Amino acid sequence: MSNKPLAGIRVVDLCVVWAGPFATMLMGDLGAEIIKPENPLVWQPMTRGAMARPPQALLALSNAWGGGLPGNVPGPRPWNYSPTFVSLYRNKKSFTVDLRRPEGMEALRRLVARSDIVYENNATGTMEKLGITYDWLRQAKEDIIFIRVPAYGSTGPYFDARALGVHLEGVMGHTLLRGYDDDEPSSNTAIYSGDYLAGAQGAFAAMAALWHRDRTGAGQLIEIGQAENAAAMFSQAIMDYSLNRHVQSTIGNRDVHGRAPCGVYPCLSPGTAETMEDRWISIHVQTDEEWQALVRVMGSPAWAQDGRFTANAGRAQHYREIDAGIAGWTRGQEDYAAAHACQAAGIAAMPVLEASRMFADPHLRARGFFRTQTQGDAGTHEYAGPLWQLSETPVEFYQPPVMFGEHNDYVYRDVLGFSDEEIERYRAGGHISMEYDASVR
Amino acid sequence: MQAFDGVTVLDLTHHIVGPYATKLLADFGADVIKVEPPEGDIARTLPPFQGDEAHPEKSGLFFLLNTNKRSVVLDLRTEDGRAGLARLAAGADLVVENFSPGTLERLGCGWEFFRQANPNICMLSISNFGQDGPYRDYKATELVMYGFAGEMYTMGRTDREPVKMAGTAALFESGSAAAVAAAGLLTGARRHGIAQRADVAIAETHFGGVDRRHAAGIAYQFSGRRSQRAAGAAGGMPSGIYQVADGYVDFTNAGLHADRVVDMIGEEWAQDSRYQDPLARMNPALIDEWNAQFIVWCLSRTKREVWTEARRAKVMCGPLFTVQDLFEDEHFRGRGFWQTVEHPVMGPVEIPGRPFIMQEGGWAIRRPAPLLGQHTAELLTAGV
Repeated sequence: MSNKPLAGIRVVDLCVVWAGPFATMLMGDLGAEIIKPENPLVWQPMTRGAMARPPQALLALSNAWGGGLPGNVPGPRPWNYSPTFVSLYRNKKSFTVDLRRPEGMEALRRLVARSDIVYENNATGTMEKLGITYDWLRQAKEDIIFIRVPAYGSTGPYFDARALGVHLEGVMGHTLLRGYDDDEPSSNTAIYSGDYLAGAQGAFAAMAALWHRDRTGAGQLIEIGQAENAAAMFSQAIMDYSLNRHVQSTIGNRDVHGRAPCGVYPCLSPGTAETMEDRWISIHVQTDEEWQALVRVMGSPAWAQDGRFTANAGRAQHYREIDAGIAGWTRGQEDYAAAHACQAAGIAAMPVLEASRMFADPHLRARGFFRTQTQGDAGTHEYAGPLWQLSETPVEFYQPPVMFGEHNDYVYRDVLGFSDEEIERYRAGGHISMEYDASVR
Repeated sequence: MQAFDGVTVLDLTHHIVGPYATKLLADFGADVIKVEPPEGDIARTLPPFQGDEAHPEKSGLFFLLNTNKRSVVLDLRTEDGRAGLARLAAGADLVVENFSPGTLERLGCGWEFFRQANPNICMLSISNFGQDGPYRDYKATELVMYGFAGEMYTMGRTDREPVKMAGTAALFESGSAAAVAAAGLLTGARRHGIAQRADVAIAETHFGGVDRRHAAGIAYQFSGRRSQRAAGAAGGMPSGIYQVADGYVDFTNAGLHADRVVDMIGEEWAQDSRYQDPLARMNPALIDEWNAQFIVWCLSRTKREVWTEARRAKVMCGPLFTVQDLFEDEHFRGRGFWQTVEHPVMGPVEIPGRPFIMQEGGWAIRRPAPLLGQHTAELLTAGV
């Protein structure tokens, strides 16, 4: 651990839902110590799950990543094994404290005094209500770095608009720019690409602030207006409006840079979309030579040798006709086999994988991508690996997805320096627990 | 002084993922030296172009991806080109490249080449599937990659094909992940004196990413449940995308706070006690009944009017803006988000500004995207 890039950096993680926890996870992967204060008396929706004690019926009605708990039962401590939660909480520590009470804030103050970074992405006003402001943090630690992720920034008419990533992507234009080119916007599925971008760039921002602090001695407040941060993802559409006043709309699975064909085609399937066993391949031809190669891979059918398709402009114009022809070929193919055949001919093509199939992919196996983690309440499972490999300071999953209050003893005793008497007082006061209070739904 | 002032990055990347990662470093102060082949970065050939005219200095995409960088043209197939590269590497902290794996080694400028030029240098390699493994040499584009490694399978209608994100959004996600790895390498080198390599596989930045894919994989591990493709059409109380008088609004998960929704609607029907019971709210017939009334409420308001009511009542909501709506919106204008940059060929160009606001040491445009080879002479004669 000692030589990891962020070894020796301590982060207080006041994050919720997805965007914030992704940032602190990446910092943890780089060696920072991430400590998450959690409250046994308050449920934070969509972080450790939808509810502290979800009824069995809710699990079945939820998305798999919300309701797919081990063995499909709520079990004794559902907050420790929501799939969304565990996907973001390796390499982090958890301790419990009620920040609504003065002695809870005193514990936080002591933690901040021993930390480098405080990171939060709560709804606007949440931190202020608790009394956690940049000024308060600076009184605890003069050079603290405070990173905040308000949806639309801390100023302007939308400053307190409530939003998940999916809502602000609507405002930034993404929802009208994506989806089928012959269907309603309501045929779009909720996605969270903006949480990815803000999370990764939050970790980047933290390091930028550390560089600044190490050279000037000064900490600072950083504001990631999440909507503004997401804008880069739509660069082509934004720049087309900026330069030409063109208002782009969705083009489905086609290429924003105009190279055709580019689409998703049906393959031999062991089941249906309802059983989640329908199979698809995406194929993207980028040059006229690649088109000729694809024609050969498909067995040189007569329709594909039409002279209108020789040059890209013609293929782009007649894309529906070409897509129908390609689908006629892929319908009789296994997705992986067709992809390997295309790749052997120099054409970009891969199966569209349903998530469970990643665990059987030979390339990911050969790369040693998956990591086995054993967590007390969840058991032993394989998880997706880190986002990058480092040659000298490999990313380790040294702490499995953290259980609620798992590090109470470590944090209160070793980090905060509390005495046995103080710890007993906090325990008696309901601050220290590995269970949510029975009153918490 | 900007955060990465004094850091020198030798940028051998092209297209989108690599240049976006190095742009973040450049926009926060690093001196990024963009090494281009004689024909230039392929992004120079990608639309949109100013005036819809293909021109190597008029791609809006290239412009946005390469602000604050200097361009040097080197032909790495020649002895001179490699000598120039070695000279630049001697003064650099980090080299970033996204050639197909093995390409730089074949040209004689792999990791050992850079180590010899500069024993303290770090190197970040970005590729589709990583530097080893059976798919090492496979091609991928945004669609192909996102379909394979991202959560595209669940996007769209159950009875139709999966459908991807807009533009090349997935590549910007990967570029952001690569920027974290780059900053990690620089930070490790400065704090601990570690010179090392990073292998960033674009595929792995999606398999392990926050946008549903990692969680969907774990859900299967835990429960055997797979994730179904399903559109976000209206449902819940409310949830999903609703039509309004002049377009659409997204109310995904807005029903989590039922009391706020009642306040937002402000009509008597919404206060019906049957709609407030948490278990009853899962009943599809009741949801349909509720939505039949809510849709009327929506259709009698514009997207901005709906959002105003939602903001007042603290209901999660987002109107579906066009890029024009966004460009003209007073909130982002008022916050100073849009920035105008002067370019020698295109003139003034308006671009989205800072990705985040630092009180000190933050985002700034010091120079526009470089013309092809604009800084070749100054970089090769004066050194770094």
